[in-house]
Amino acid sequence: MEKYYSQPDGNRIQVIAPTDVAVTPGKIIALLGPSGSGKSTFLRILTGLSKPSSGQVLWHGQPLAGQIPNCAIVFQSFALFPWLTVLENVEAPLVARGVGAIERHKRALRMIDTVGLDGFETAYPKELSGGMKQRVGFARALVVEPEVLFMDEPFSALDVLTAENLRSELLELWINQKMPTRCIFIVTHNIEEAVLLADRVIVLGRNPARIRADFEIDIPQYRDRKSPRFLAYVDFIYKALTKPTEEISSPHGPMAKAAGDGKGRERTKFQMLPHARPGGIAGFMELLADRGGRDDLYKLADELAMDVDDLLPIVDASVMLGFAVVNEGDVEITPEGRQFGEADIQTQKGMFRDAALKNVAILRLIENTLHAKRDHAIGEEFFRDILDEHFSADEVERQFDTALNWGRYGEIFNYDSATGRLYHSEAADAAPVESAQ
Amino acid sequence: MDRSTSQPIRILGKGPWSLLPAQTWSLLTDLFIFCLGLSLFYFVVVLARSWFGPFNPRVEISRSPYMLPVYAAYSLMRITAAYVLSLGFTLVYGYMAAYNARAERFMIPLLDILQSIPVLSFLPGVMLAMVALFPRHQLGVEMGAILLIFTGQVWNMAFSFYSSLKSIPRDMREAAKISHFNWYQRFTNLELPYAAIGLVWNSMMSVAGGWFFLMACEMFVLGDKDFRLPGLGSYLQTAASAGDTRSILWGVATMILVIVLMDQVMWRPVIAWAEKFKIEQVESADAPQSWFLDLISGSRLLAKFRKRVSRPLRERMAMHFARQHHAARNLTRPAWKIWGGRAMAALAACVVLYAMLRAGGMLSQLTRPEYEEIMRGAAATFLRVVVALVIGALWTIPVGVAIGFNPKLARIAQPLAQIAASVPATALFPIVLLLLIRIGGGLGIGSIVLLLLGTQWYILFNVIAGAMAIPTDLREAATLFRFNSSQRWRTVILPGIFPYLVTGLVTASGGAWNASIVAEYFRFKDHTYTTVGLGATISGATDGGNFDLLLASTIVMAMVVVTINRLVWRRMYRLAANRYTLEV
Repeated sequence: MEKYYSQPDGNRIQVIAPTDVAVTPGKIIALLGPSGSGKSTFLRILTGLSKPSSGQVLWHGQPLAGQIPNCAIVFQSFALFPWLTVLENVEAPLVARGVGAIERHKRALRMIDTVGLDGFETAYPKELSGGMKQRVGFARALVVEPEVLFMDEPFSALDVLTAENLRSELLELWINQKMPTRCIFIVTHNIEEAVLLADRVIVLGRNPARIRADFEIDIPQYRDRKSPRFLAYVDFIYKALTKPTEEISSPHGPMAKAAGDGKGRERTKFQMLPHARPGGIAGFMELLADRGGRDDLYKLADELAMDVDDLLPIVDASVMLGFAVVNEGDVEITPEGRQFGEADIQTQKGMFRDAALKNVAILRLIENTLHAKRDHAIGEEFFRDILDEHFSADEVERQFDTALNWGRYGEIFNYDSATGRLYHSEAADAAPVESAQ
Repeated sequence: MDRSTSQPIRILGKGPWSLLPAQTWSLLTDLFIFCLGLSLFYFVVVLARSWFGPFNPRVEISRSPYMLPVYAAYSLMRITAAYVLSLGFTLVYGYMAAYNARAERFMIPLLDILQSIPVLSFLPGVMLAMVALFPRHQLGVEMGAILLIFTGQVWNMAFSFYSSLKSIPRDMREAAKISHFNWYQRFTNLELPYAAIGLVWNSMMSVAGGWFFLMACEMFVLGDKDFRLPGLGSYLQTAASAGDTRSILWGVATMILVIVLMDQVMWRPVIAWAEKFKIEQVESADAPQSWFLDLISGSRLLAKFRKRVSRPLRERMAMHFARQHHAARNLTRPAWKIWGGRAMAALAACVVLYAMLRAGGMLSQLTRPEYEEIMRGAAATFLRVVVALVIGALWTIPVGVAIGFNPKLARIAQPLAQIAASVPATALFPIVLLLLIRIGGGLGIGSIVLLLLGTQWYILFNVIAGAMAIPTDLREAATLFRFNSSQRWRTVILPGIFPYLVTGLVTASGGAWNASIVAEYFRFKDHTYTTVGLGATISGATDGGNFDLLLASTIVMAMVVVTINRLVWRRMYRLAANRYTLEV
């Protein structure tokens, strides 16, 4: 299947490249990818909540019409109904199936007991902590005895300790077969979580989403996070995530099936800007210089207590600007990067400006357009329209915001949010600026 | 803590009633609820008898204060019926607009236009249609009055429901979908609860609007026909026509009493109950309370009713729809439904076309002087609305900010202001008018005072809310930097309350245009006071049965209001949202 959005002008934005994947029983499958890579869309297509643009989902060999008759989702946001009690929340899917009151009650209570929430049946979700809310989410999903249990970043909204606790409880329910489900499909951006839980990991690349790697993890449960084999898997996935263009092989030898290699796809003229702030990039360069100019990405993230999702954009941005290179899961600073990290703020801005104009297409376009205009000013819509042809509506917003942020930091242009116009910095100096009081 | 000291405090806190044994107390509650039910039943019987009685468009209105309870009950019933109608319409209209993208495209702008049409403009059409429908029963006139009140309350409710439906979080929708909720379960477990709080607040505003136009809806002249329905509104108008100050005061007092009572036994409990539909992560510290809700939730009679009747019924409904949902799993719509839909659409298009042609015909009948009158009236009313808004803003901003910044003052002032606001300005019109005539001001100026009476509260409430929402840090920073008072106002207070002020002004502006029909044209002691204005033109056209003029002036008013909304308020909203939103 594949997914794309058609634009009015006939272009299409590819969200998911043509992809073929099979979900088999008896496994925990983790779908891993950076944010904005289309993981959630992927999950929604599998469940039948969203229709693929072409291709189809087969359920027990039959094409799926509507949603999977017997599956459940655990949501990142819990998605509990705040006006229903814990018991009523868990009973709701049974009511929908027409299960009678007594039977329904019994099954719901048993499930609430299984997830360790007995005593809280009559509580409302707002009285519960985040971890307990997600337990209700689990109970509501499991009470229908789903064949496949889908989970969309189920632990991301929880604090570290609570998440760890819930993860191990989930694993225990699964391994001891206390769960009436045949397969778990978990979407996550947390590499360790994937390696810890999954029997099989599918790594998604982005823009558009395509399968970068698909392999089994053959470490017996329960796994030790410090073991060399565990770390090897983590490192391998890091590599897969940070090297979006390179072909990678599976951790145990043969190349995994990689679909959607991008043949026939038009190449985008504009790179996707990683959503990092210039200040963050400068800070990262300083840090890297202090640590000898080279470090392991995974170790770095671990020591900074950061998620990959937060660190990767900064790394990507540094690479894009020529301040760093990534090699075998290591990130290494370039001479420009070192200089950039050590410079004072004004010099930094100058360097950032030069690097951005050299490497970032959209900023170059803005600069050239402003230069060509007689009044050195132009409405933001012009650039939004251009971005529109390459990205989805939400992504256009984010791309534009990042471009604005970078351009203003590098003093490439100024932006007036009241009128929504971009103008040249020099023009701004000449024009009377209204004094802020 | 020592138990012996904590015990008496608890009893004192709950009042002397809690000293009664629990048995007696709950028996009293049950008795009270039983009496309430009985009296409701009695009124329904009386009402039904009068509705299905012979047609009598000119009921003699007595000015005796002893008739007031009966009149109040009549008016209350009318407003309640209109409200129930509004609620039903809201649910259907909002649902269709939210789920049918094709319908949404014209249903929402249509709502915008309907909202800007004053109640009186609906009067002739609605009344004549209803009387024609039930020519021999009082029901026709009553239905007409109810429909009129309905046109004054329904639009903002429909809009609120629609926007709630549109803003249900995607995850919740998907949770319902993946659990295979049928439409009934989705409606009762997701959509209605999600929209509840917005609906409750808009219902309160709508019912207040119903009281506002009660006088216009219960007693009016339509060409050569004179309609009078027994009720508080007609009582007040009769008293005003006779110049009977004592009766006016009686009437106003009754109305205030009814409104305060309604607030206590109806709205407060509903608000307190609706608290559970709030989407919040943690429980808020001071949730709304209601003594009446506490009272009835302790009733054993109601508990029994819930257990024996309402719960099994709900269970049966849920099971019925669940089974039906699973039985009917074919996803294609039958051909007759598709063709039926198309036929309906074609029919609707024909009706609209016909109406447009007729309207065009009517408009071409108008004379030049009449058009000039409309245009002059529109300009005069526009000026009046602007002046009323400016005066309203000028006094409410400093007062509202003072109240908002001072929690102690707020605790005293807010309930008082709420009562003051819930008294419909129309009820006070006769008194104000008497005063104005005595000091010699004409209705030209007087109508501004009347507009102000009706609309200033919206601004005041929003300013108070805005002032309360300004973070203490910002105010402390202003103090720390030794801002002088003009600097404080310009940098902290005005930008802080701006989004709220805009909301208040929008509501007030809409209300003022609508209120102009009662403010610019007033019958008092057999004399009609009127002034140049669009509202006066509409009222006059209704009274005189000049439907061409009525149509033209209504169209102009709707156009002016919609244009102002588009050109001024929408921009202000955007400015408020982009620049003056306090984000955490």
